[in-house]
Amino acid sequence: MELVSPAQFAKRGVLAVQEYSQLSARSLVNVFRQPRYVADTMQQADLIGFGSLPIVVLTGFFTGIVLALNFSPSLERFGALSLTGQLVSLSMIRELGPVLTSLMVAGRNASGMASELGSMKVTEQIDAMRALGTDPLKKLVTPRVVSTVCMMFFLTIISDLVGLFGGYLYSVARLGLDAYQYWNTAYQSLTFNDVATGLVKPIFFGFIVATVGCYYGLSTHGGTQGVGRSTTQAVVTASVLILAVDVVLAQLLISFR
Amino acid sequence: MPQPQPPDDQILDTVHKTVIFENVVLGFGDLTVLNGVSFELKRGETKVLLGVAGSGKSTVLKLCLGLIKPDSGHIYVLGHDVTTMPEEKLFDLRGQVGIVFQESALFDSLTVRENVAFRLTEEKLPEQEVDARVREVLRFVELEDAIDKFPSELSGGMRRRVGIARAIITHPEVLLYDSPTGGLDPITSTTIIELIMKQRDVSKTSALLVSHRLQDGFMLASHYYDTETNRMQAVDGRPMRDVHTSFMILHGGKVIFDGTALELGRVQDPYIREYIS
Repeated sequence: MELVSPAQFAKRGVLAVQEYSQLSARSLVNVFRQPRYVADTMQQADLIGFGSLPIVVLTGFFTGIVLALNFSPSLERFGALSLTGQLVSLSMIRELGPVLTSLMVAGRNASGMASELGSMKVTEQIDAMRALGTDPLKKLVTPRVVSTVCMMFFLTIISDLVGLFGGYLYSVARLGLDAYQYWNTAYQSLTFNDVATGLVKPIFFGFIVATVGCYYGLSTHGGTQGVGRSTTQAVVTASVLILAVDVVLAQLLISFR
Repeated sequence: MPQPQPPDDQILDTVHKTVIFENVVLGFGDLTVLNGVSFELKRGETKVLLGVAGSGKSTVLKLCLGLIKPDSGHIYVLGHDVTTMPEEKLFDLRGQVGIVFQESALFDSLTVRENVAFRLTEEKLPEQEVDARVREVLRFVELEDAIDKFPSELSGGMRRRVGIARAIITHPEVLLYDSPTGGLDPITSTTIIELIMKQRDVSKTSALLVSHRLQDGFMLASHYYDTETNRMQAVDGRPMRDVHTSFMILHGGKVIFDGTALELGRVQDPYIREYIS
C-alpha cells in the first residue's frame, strides 16, 4: 500500500471535495441547459425506479413487521398496544422509510453507476465522448441525478406504504389488533411536518446516491481493479453521507414543527 | 503565471496550417513528458509521430483536442487556442476534429450503427440522413455488413475500422490516429493503413498519426491511394506525386526530428539511426 504524508493526504481530500462539489453543481446547472437528454433520463428512471422496486418493497415490508414486533411488548406493558399503528407509521414515514430505501438504492445503484462509468473511464469511452463533442456530465451525470432524485421520492412513498402494511399484517395476525384501530392511529398521529420530513429527505438522499456514484465512476483509474475500488468506495461513501445528512436534516426539519 | 500571447500583428496561418504547437510543456507530477515541443501540421499533410513508449506521442493527440491542458505553451487547432478555451467551447471545436483511439474506445453498449452515428444523433439530424451517412462511411471502411453488431462481436481490426468510420463521419478537417495498427496482425494493419491513405488522398484530410511501427509510416510515405483501382500503389516511377507525409520523432520530451522520409533516411543522429534501423 502506498504511504502518503499527512499534507499529501489532506491535499487529496480537499481536491476530492472540490471535484465532487463541482460535479454536483454542474449536474444541477445542466438541468437548465441544452441539450437535455430526456430519453436517457427516462431509461435511467426505469433502471433505478422500477429496477429497485423489489428490493425496496421487501425492505419496507419486513421493516414494518419488525417495528410492530419490537414495539408491541413495551406498549403492552403500558396497556397501549393500540398505539402500535402510530409508532409504526411515525417510525416508517419520518425515518426508516427514507433512510432504508436510500441505503438500498445506494447499494444497488451507486455501485452500478460507479462501475458503469468507471468501466467507460478506463476504456477511454469518456474521453471518446468528450472528443466527439459531447459533455459527459450532461449526457451521463445529469440524467442519473434527475432520475434518482425523482425515483427516490416515489420509492420512499411505496416503501412507507408497504411498511405500514407489514405492520398491519403483524398487528392483526399476531397481536389481535383491530384493522380500523391500526389504520386510524397510524393516520391520525401523522402531522404535516412528519409527512414533509419523510418526503424532503429522499430528495437529498437521491442526489447523494447519484452524485457520489457518478463522481467515483468518473474519477476511476487503475483498470479493472480501479473499477472495483470505485464501486466499493461509492457505496460506502453514499451510505455514510446519507446517515450523516439524515442527522442534519432531522435536526433542521424538527425545528419547523 | 501569465502565458505569452501571440502579438496582435501575428495572424495565425490557418489556411495552410491546421495544428500549431508552440513550446508546449507538460508534466505529470515529477515527470516531464513534453519539454518545449513545437511543430506545425500543414493542411492536407499526414504527420507520423514516432517515439518509444512513454515519449508523449498519445499525449500530443489528447492535447490537440484539449482533453488535457499543457503546463505552458500554446496549441492552435484550426486557428483556436485550445489551451485557453473553456470546455464548453471546446465541444464545438472537437466537432471539426476526429480521433481514432488506441483501443478504439467504442461505446460497448451501442451497436456499430449507433457508435458511428453518435455525433449525428447528438446534432439531432433526421433519421434518414443519419442512416444514409452511416452506411456511406461504413461502406468506406468496408464494414456495412456489421452495422447491427455490438463492438464485442467484432475483431480488433474491425473495431479500428469502426473507430475510423466514427471519426470521419462528420468530414473533420483534422484526424488524429492513436496507434491505429497497434496489436493487429500485418494483413489487418495494412488494411488500416490503406484506409488512412484513402482518407489522406481522397478527402485530403490533415492527420497526426501516432505509431510504434516504422513500416506504417514508410508505407504511407511511399504509397498513394489509386481511386481507379481502389488499391494503394507504390509511388515508384511517379516522382511528381506528393504523398504529403512527414515524420516527427519525440525523445526525452523534445522533438528530435521533423521532416520527410527522405530526410529521415539521411539523418546522422545515432539515436535516430538506431531507432529506424
